[in-house]
Amino acid sequence: MERMKVLAEWSYTPVQSRLGYTRETIWLGLGKGDGDYRFEKRPVSDDMIDKFIGGRGFGLRLLWDAVTPDTKWNDPENEIVISGGPICGITQYPGAGKCYSVFLSPLTEQTYNSNAGGYFAPLLKFSGFDALELQGKSNVEVVIFIDGDNGRVQILESNIKDDKNAYTVTEYLHEYFAEDEKDKKNISVVSSGEAAAYTYWGCMNFSFYDPRRKVARLKQAGRGGGGTVLHDKNVLALVVKMSHVSGTSTGPADTTTLSRVGSKLHKEIRDFDDVQCRMRTVGTAHLNEIMNDYDLLPVHNYKFGRHKDIANIHSDEYTKRFAQGMPDGCWYGCSLSCAKATPPFRLATGPWKGREVIVDGPEYETAAGLGSNIGVFDPEWTIEANFYADHYGIDTISLGTGIAFVCECYGLGLITRENTGGLELNFGNKADIMELIHRMALGADEFSRTVALGTRRMKKLFAEKYGADRRVMEDIAMEGQGLEASEYRCQESIAQWGGYFLTLKGPQHDEAWLIFMDMVNKQLPTFEDKAEALFYFPNFRLWFSLVGLCKLPWNDIEPEDNHTKYKGIDAAKVPEHVQNYVDIYNAVTGKNVTKDDLITMSERVYNFERIFNLRMGKGKRTDHNCPNRGLGPVFEDEWNVRPEYFDGKLKEAGVEPDGMNVREKIAKLQEYRRGQWEHLVDAVYKRRGWNRNGIPTLETVRRLGIDYPDVVELLEKNLKPEDAF
Amino acid sequence: MIKVNGEEIPWHEGMTVQNILDAKNFTFRMISVWINENPVERRENYNSTPVPDGAEVEVVHMMSGG
Ligand code: SF4
Repeated sequence: MERMKVLAEWSYTPVQSRLGYTRETIWLGLGKGDGDYRFEKRPVSDDMIDKFIGGRGFGLRLLWDAVTPDTKWNDPENEIVISGGPICGITQYPGAGKCYSVFLSPLTEQTYNSNAGGYFAPLLKFSGFDALELQGKSNVEVVIFIDGDNGRVQILESNIKDDKNAYTVTEYLHEYFAEDEKDKKNISVVSSGEAAAYTYWGCMNFSFYDPRRKVARLKQAGRGGGGTVLHDKNVLALVVKMSHVSGTSTGPADTTTLSRVGSKLHKEIRDFDDVQCRMRTVGTAHLNEIMNDYDLLPVHNYKFGRHKDIANIHSDEYTKRFAQGMPDGCWYGCSLSCAKATPPFRLATGPWKGREVIVDGPEYETAAGLGSNIGVFDPEWTIEANFYADHYGIDTISLGTGIAFVCECYGLGLITRENTGGLELNFGNKADIMELIHRMALGADEFSRTVALGTRRMKKLFAEKYGADRRVMEDIAMEGQGLEASEYRCQESIAQWGGYFLTLKGPQHDEAWLIFMDMVNKQLPTFEDKAEALFYFPNFRLWFSLVGLCKLPWNDIEPEDNHTKYKGIDAAKVPEHVQNYVDIYNAVTGKNVTKDDLITMSERVYNFERIFNLRMGKGKRTDHNCPNRGLGPVFEDEWNVRPEYFDGKLKEAGVEPDGMNVREKIAKLQEYRRGQWEHLVDAVYKRRGWNRNGIPTLETVRRLGIDYPDVVELLEKNLKPEDAF
Repeated sequence: MIKVNGEEIPWHEGMTVQNILDAKNFTFRMISVWINENPVERRENYNSTPVPDGAEVEVVHMMSGG
C-alpha cells in the first residue's frame, strides 16, 4: 500500500480516563489554506465539567469560544467538535458509545449537533481526549490520524484519488492503519463522501469494524451538514486508533453498580424485546406499519398519513432482508443490537452497479423518507438509495424530505422537465429519482446542485430560476429553521408541532416525540400540559447527548411491569430506566446526582444552545417557523381523504362547515390552527423561562448558573421590556 | 357506552379489551391498558379481560422510535 505523505506530526502522552474524563481535549488547526498545521492539548476546567458535562455540552462550549457572531459555516474559524461524554465508552450498559458532533451548519446557519454510533468517541477518549476540535482549512486534502496506542497525531496528505466515497475511504483506511485483520476493530474512521462537495446535506459517516462480516460498518451523524463542513475543511477522513478497551477504560468509580444495572437491562432486553419493539430482529423499521395505522406515515410529502401499498414496506419485508442472529450493536455491550444490516446486496444502478455490498439499515426514518414520502413502496429500491446516500455522504432524512418536496413541486407543475435536466420527478418514479441522487453526488447539473442546497434554498431558487409560485412552496415545504422535517406526520398533534418546530435546531424528532401522548392517549389536554411535555422531554432527551448515550434503550425496551406500575405520563418516562441512568452516571463519575438534577443539567445546555443561536443572529420567535402543511391540509385532496374527520375538527373550533366548499374549509382550519400554534408558542416559551420573543430571560440564566458576562451582555442587548410575559 | 381515552364508544355484551383495540385499530405493541384506574396485567389477557358497561378505559401508547 502506498504510504501517505506526513505533513505534520506531534507526540503526546495519553492521559487515562478517570471518573469518565481525561480532562484534556485536542485542538487541531488546519491553517487558512496555508498549510499551517497546529496541535494543542487543552485542559478541561471544572466549570466546563460542572456546567457542560460532555458530548454536545462540550461541543457547544468549545464552539462558542472558537467563533464570533460573524462566523459563517465555511469560514476557517468554524469548528467540528466531536465528543462522547463521561459515560461514553462503558461496556456494561447498552447504548454507551454515542458520539456528538457540533458545528455551525450550512443548512441552518446556526449551531447544529448530530449524533452517531460507531467507535469513534470511545476510542478518542481512550486515546486521551474528552473532545476533538477541528478548526481551519487545509490547503491539500488530508487524513488526520490520532494514534492513541503510540501517543501520536499525524496530518497526512490523502493518497485516495479516484473514489472518495464513504465505503471506499473507510475500508481503505481500516486496512491502511491496521496491522492485521484483528487490529481493524481498534480503528474508527469519520468520513463523508463525494456529494459533500455539492450538498448542504453532507453527512458524517462514523465507522466500526464488523469482524464477523469482515467489513467496516457505517453509522451516520446525518443531519445538519457536518459532512459538508468536513469537506470544506479539506479533510477526507479522521481516524482514531486504540487497542486497549475494557469495561473499566472510563475509570469508573463503581464497577459493581455498573455491572448490576447493566445486567438488569440485558435481562429485560433478552426477555421482552421480542414481545415489545423487536429491535434485535427488525430495528426501528418496525414502525412502518404502525405509523400507517395511526395516520402518521409521511406519504407524498406528508400529504397523507397512510397508503394502500403499505404491505410492500411492512417491517416483515425488511426483517426478511436483514441478516438475523448477529449481535448488531454499534458499540460493545449493546444487546439491543438494532444496527441491522443486509446480507450481500447486489446494486442495480450507479457506479457500483452489479457489485454486492452490505447495507446498514435502513432505519425507520430512511425507510419512510426514501420510501412512502416520495411514493416508493419497494424495499429493494430504498435499500439501494440508503446505500448510495451513505456512500456519497448525504443525509437520508433531508434527502427523503427534500425529494418529496421536489416531487410535489413537479406534480403541481411548479417545476418542469425542462428545469430538471430531463428527469420526470413524479412521486414514485424510482428510476428518475435514483438518477437524481446519482447526479447530486457528482454535482452533475444545475438542477441537482440546486436540490442539494436543501429545501429552504430550493424555495428561493425554484422561484427565481424557474418562476415557481413561492407562496405554494412555503405552504408545502416541510422545513423549519432551514432543516427538513424528519419522517412523522405531525398535523393532528398540537404538541408535536412544538416537538418539531419549537426546537433548537429544526424539526428533528430527537427533542420530543409526543404524538401518541397528545393525539392518541389524550394526556395533554391543555396548552400548559403540552408546554410541560415540551419542557420535560426535550430536556430529558438532551441529557443523553451530554453523557454519550443512545436514547433507544431508554424507551424502546421497558421493564415488564412499567405499564402496570406507572400510569400515564409517568409510565412514558420509564422511571426505572431513568433511575438506571442516575445510577450509572454516579457510578462512572463518583458524583451523587438525582433524577431532578438530570433535567437541570440538560436545561443549562438547552438554554446555552438557544442563546448561542441568538448570538449567531437567529434564536428568536420568527426563527421558529412552521409551514401550513405541518398544521393541516393544504389542498383539497388532503381534506377529501378524511372529510368527516376534518369537518369534526372545524366544529370543535366552533365553525359550522355546512355550506362551505373544501377550499373555504381548509382556509378556516388553517386560520384556526395558526392561532393555536401562536398560543402553543407562548405557553412553551413561558414554561422554558424565555420571553415572548423566545429568548431566555436573565432570571433563567442566573438560576442555571450560565450567566457568564458575554451571555448576560448579549441577553441585555436583546431582551426588550415589551416582550416580557 | 364506555369511554376510551375520553372518547365515548358503544358498549356491547361480552366486550373485551381486545375488541376495543380492534375497533380503534390500536395496533401498537407498547401499550398499557387501564380500566377504571386498574391496570390490565398482561397483553395475553386482552382477549379474556371483560370491559364493563360505563367503564373508563385508558389505552396508553408509550413513545418509541427515533
Ligand atoms: S440501540 Fe441500536 S443505535 Fe443504540 S447503541 Fe444499540 S445498536 Fe446502537
